[in-house]
Amino acid sequence: MSQSLAWNRKDLIDVEHLSRDEIETIFTAATAFKRAMEADDKKQPYLEGRTVVNLFLEPSTRTRLAFEVAASRLSADTITVTGGASSLTKGETLRDTARNMEALKADMIIMRHSASGAPNYLSKVVDIPVINGGDGSHAHPTQALLDSFTLLEKFGSLEGKRITILGDILFSRVARSNIWCLQKLGAEVTIAGPSTLVPKEFEALGVHVCHDLQEALEDADAVMLLRIQHERQTATHFPSIGEYTSTFGLNKQRAKWLKLGAIIMHPGPINRGVEIDSELADSEQSVVLQQVTNGIVVRMAVLHLCYCAHNGKSIELP
Amino acid sequence: MNEILWITGGRIIDPANKRDETGDLYSVDGVLVEQLDDTQKKAATKIDANGLVVAPGLVDIHVHFRDPGQTHKEDIASGSRSAAAGGFTTVVCMPNTSPVCDNAGTIQRIMDKVARESIINIYPTGCLTIGMDGEQLAPTGQLKKAGVVAVTDDGKCVQSNEIMRRAVEYAKMLDLPIMDHCQDASLTQGAVMNEGEWSLRLGLRGWPKAAEDIIVARNVILAELTGAHIHMQHVSSANSVDILRRAIARGISVSGEASPHHIEFTDADLKDYNTVYKMNPPLRTDADKEALIEGLCDGTLACIATDHAPHSPDEKDREFDTAPFGIIGLENSLASSLGTLYHSGRLSLSEVIALMTHKGAELCKLDAGTLSAGADADICLFDPDEEWTVDPKQFFSKSRNCPWEGQTLKGKVKSTFVAGTQVYDGTSISA
Repeated sequence: MSQSLAWNRKDLIDVEHLSRDEIETIFTAATAFKRAMEADDKKQPYLEGRTVVNLFLEPSTRTRLAFEVAASRLSADTITVTGGASSLTKGETLRDTARNMEALKADMIIMRHSASGAPNYLSKVVDIPVINGGDGSHAHPTQALLDSFTLLEKFGSLEGKRITILGDILFSRVARSNIWCLQKLGAEVTIAGPSTLVPKEFEALGVHVCHDLQEALEDADAVMLLRIQHERQTATHFPSIGEYTSTFGLNKQRAKWLKLGAIIMHPGPINRGVEIDSELADSEQSVVLQQVTNGIVVRMAVLHLCYCAHNGKSIELP
Repeated sequence: MNEILWITGGRIIDPANKRDETGDLYSVDGVLVEQLDDTQKKAATKIDANGLVVAPGLVDIHVHFRDPGQTHKEDIASGSRSAAAGGFTTVVCMPNTSPVCDNAGTIQRIMDKVARESIINIYPTGCLTIGMDGEQLAPTGQLKKAGVVAVTDDGKCVQSNEIMRRAVEYAKMLDLPIMDHCQDASLTQGAVMNEGEWSLRLGLRGWPKAAEDIIVARNVILAELTGAHIHMQHVSSANSVDILRRAIARGISVSGEASPHHIEFTDADLKDYNTVYKMNPPLRTDADKEALIEGLCDGTLACIATDHAPHSPDEKDREFDTAPFGIIGLENSLASSLGTLYHSGRLSLSEVIALMTHKGAELCKLDAGTLSAGADADICLFDPDEEWTVDPKQFFSKSRNCPWEGQTLKGKVKSTFVAGTQVYDGTSISA
């Protein structure tokens, strides 16, 4: 099948600069891949003979695996390079590492990096597509896209839907990307959590900022929980994990504040008993595992679209 | 030496003497004189300055020449040539070299090199504290004897109020100006850009203005307590300007400087993670920029200083978080300042020149920045309206980290004289 789809980007760096048409193009492709996957037609030929490098310079399990699976389902060869195993630990610059991968004839680079803006930098250094697998506190575009894809499966449309993102917004690349993605698709976004992690300056991005959990959850169609990221916060941002849980942790009782039929999302990894009760994380309200599955097809879509755009190929879908 | 210079027909602007007129300027043996006699006129080297401004050589009380220790970025020779090409005849170097300038020996080493290699007047500063660690006072008396014109821990800020108080008291006894880089380090851990909407958008660690404001307020209080004068370097926030304005109105002896980049760029310029906009203190918001300009207009901020901070291309060519802070600015400072302050209609030509000459010189008690008879013939000739496009590759500085790259600016230095000798002819270094 050949379709006229809106996509001419070599790279996927963030959601902020994507148009709604581009987001919907990704979803069209993801839907096609998901349909094929459910029909047990898992393997697609679109990146056959191509090499995809997973350059993961910051720890990751599910994103890295999801990209590896996505690339493999597109028939690409994948190479994974992690921070500790790269020459960056010997002082090699990111430019040199990336240029070497290009010289090794890699066709795409997926990068996770602890520094915000690193994929922007990389995309200017190399001529092959760069897909952002999460950079610092800046962006995690494929996570936001799979989150919205999951919400669309549930609701059909996000127009007027009220979505609350709860937790550590300040240090969260997932929150930032979701704020852009959800709003572009017509949702109303509330961000909630302690004032030290949810500064009111976020209002400039068009969201409602809230520090009262009940207010944040009431009438929400979905709540996205974020992991409390001990590794990014200084000790000064909240008094203790216990204090956080008692004030902002989601439990069964508090979940009743949500709109009937509302869903609970989490990008993982979950700190069970911290931002969410274990029982609730595994409940029918939770779509955490659907998010993981959708992560494969959304990433297949992104890899396929960027590869086609960069190589001047028409977009074929199963 | 019997060299006679006769600059004719230029618009002579000497703010220190409230002079703005078309006329001639003379120097004999490197010193400005009021007139030449007929014999001297016949022997003089005549420079036609018709259509040009004839100003005092520019003065910058805040530059980093990285010498000793990091001469791959800049050294005394290249820094002095960069300054000369920007119209500067006098600069004050910061002490955060390697080793830092916390002892007379390092100062002597710099002075010796200046004597050998510089084509302009370069004055060193000394550290406030040993190793710039903020814990123990540097030997300020010995530093003064060695030739420093001010003390500062620039690049760092003394965090202990007690140490700062004693450093200020001690420097006052020695009649040495005190300059401070105002930054509460506890508020800027890991910070790389202004805290605000853009740091939230970009996911970069924010650097609140309060980190500067708190120290500016602290220094105002210490200036009042000790009676010493404290100069705030590279002021970047509206609140800091306001604190200074109120303090000065109350008669407290404090001052501040603004850099050309803080009055031109904002944190929105970081939107593409271009490390050439990474600087300390960080670029702030439009409101802060406007407050700085207002501060320069009403005299709250005494002068313009570049904070010329060279870094090699390799060091800047990396992820934003790990790139060093700082930009160069000597070779475009006049043009960019003219653009922001004069061509925009905010200040007269004379007022801008004052901010770049005698006002800074007075803060550091330097004999520079005027065209008074008897002063050294340090002169800058420039065309305030000539346009040129900034190409850092053509700079005399060793470094290229210049955020004005590609911009077309108005205001071109045509000639620089130091003690009556031409050191820059508008194209090349002639000393």
